[in-house]
Amino acid sequence: MSKFKKKKDGGIPAVNTAALPDIVFMLLFFFMVATVMRQNSLKIENNLPFADQVEKLDKKDLVMYIYAGKPSDNYKQYGTQARIQLNDDFANVSDIASFIAAERASKREELVPFLTTALKVDGETNMGIVGDIKQELRKVNALKINYTTKKGSVLNQ
Amino acid sequence: MAKRAAPEVNAGSMADIAFLLLIFFLVTTTIEVDSGLNRKLPPIEETEPPIIKQKNIFTVLLNGNDDLLVEDETMELKDLRQAAIEFLDNGGDGSCDFCKGKKDPESSDNPGKAIISLKNERETTYKTYIAVQNELVAAYNVLRNNRAQALYGMSFTEMEANANDVNWPGNKTKLKDQIEQIKLDYPQKLSEVQ
Repeated sequence: MSKFKKKKDGGIPAVNTAALPDIVFMLLFFFMVATVMRQNSLKIENNLPFADQVEKLDKKDLVMYIYAGKPSDNYKQYGTQARIQLNDDFANVSDIASFIAAERASKREELVPFLTTALKVDGETNMGIVGDIKQELRKVNALKINYTTKKGSVLNQ
Repeated sequence: MAKRAAPEVNAGSMADIAFLLLIFFLVTTTIEVDSGLNRKLPPIEETEPPIIKQKNIFTVLLNGNDDLLVEDETMELKDLRQAAIEFLDNGGDGSCDFCKGKKDPESSDNPGKAIISLKNERETTYKTYIAVQNELVAAYNVLRNNRAQALYGMSFTEMEANANDVNWPGNKTKLKDQIEQIKLDYPQKLSEVQ
């Protein structure tokens, strides 16, 4: 009579999901290991350019990051021109000297000569602001720099 | 008395908990880029720069429209690497016995004297600038790789990778000396002018 009467046999048996937690845990461990918590929250667009002759930056704790790029969508009130970001906030070119001094002061003295400045600059930025940053770094004698790039071919971008 | 079997713990919601954690990590993960082109800026000096013969300078200019001018002639980006290699490996004065260039007296004397000068304007986009830098670094790497292959039967990039690899079994001090020798043969003289 009833349309929804259970069939006695011939139904598909339920899929065994006992191994599901194992699979999920595997993924979980992968992401836990691969995760690097971001040090700075970016207020700018940061679409890095490509290069293929890259060297790896080792010793992450000896790297100072300087970001530059256009303010991202949430920060449109700061204009559409490329800006510099140091730590968590927008900065001017003149702030770089004090930023470098603060970074140097926070490291052990014998490690200061090994500090590298990583320039994470958006690909669409003009070189003017990058030149200003470089000039400022020369003034404070922070000469080791690294243009951070993604790995890829330069010719077909 | 017979031992009672412990009742089985219901593990049905373990997957839910694991999913929760998984989603948290998925959302927070940003795989940070940690590679790039290493460069050294010139220190600010009051002294006059030494006078360099014009033929030893390879001028690369990027203008505000991202056009590439090499030695005052336009060039496509894909030809830059070869042009830089030809300039560096020229060996015009014959003091460089390993250079394979044309020995053109109008071009650079030897790799130790050859300087690449990269100029840019304020309107140049960073992307193009990096592309050009990359090609110039590539030219040095090609020459160094060839030199290392000829001397030690191993490419320069391989040697540097071995030097940084803690598990490499060979003689590290010797390898470092060899790397220094290659760097001496083809010093990276790439100046970035404002």
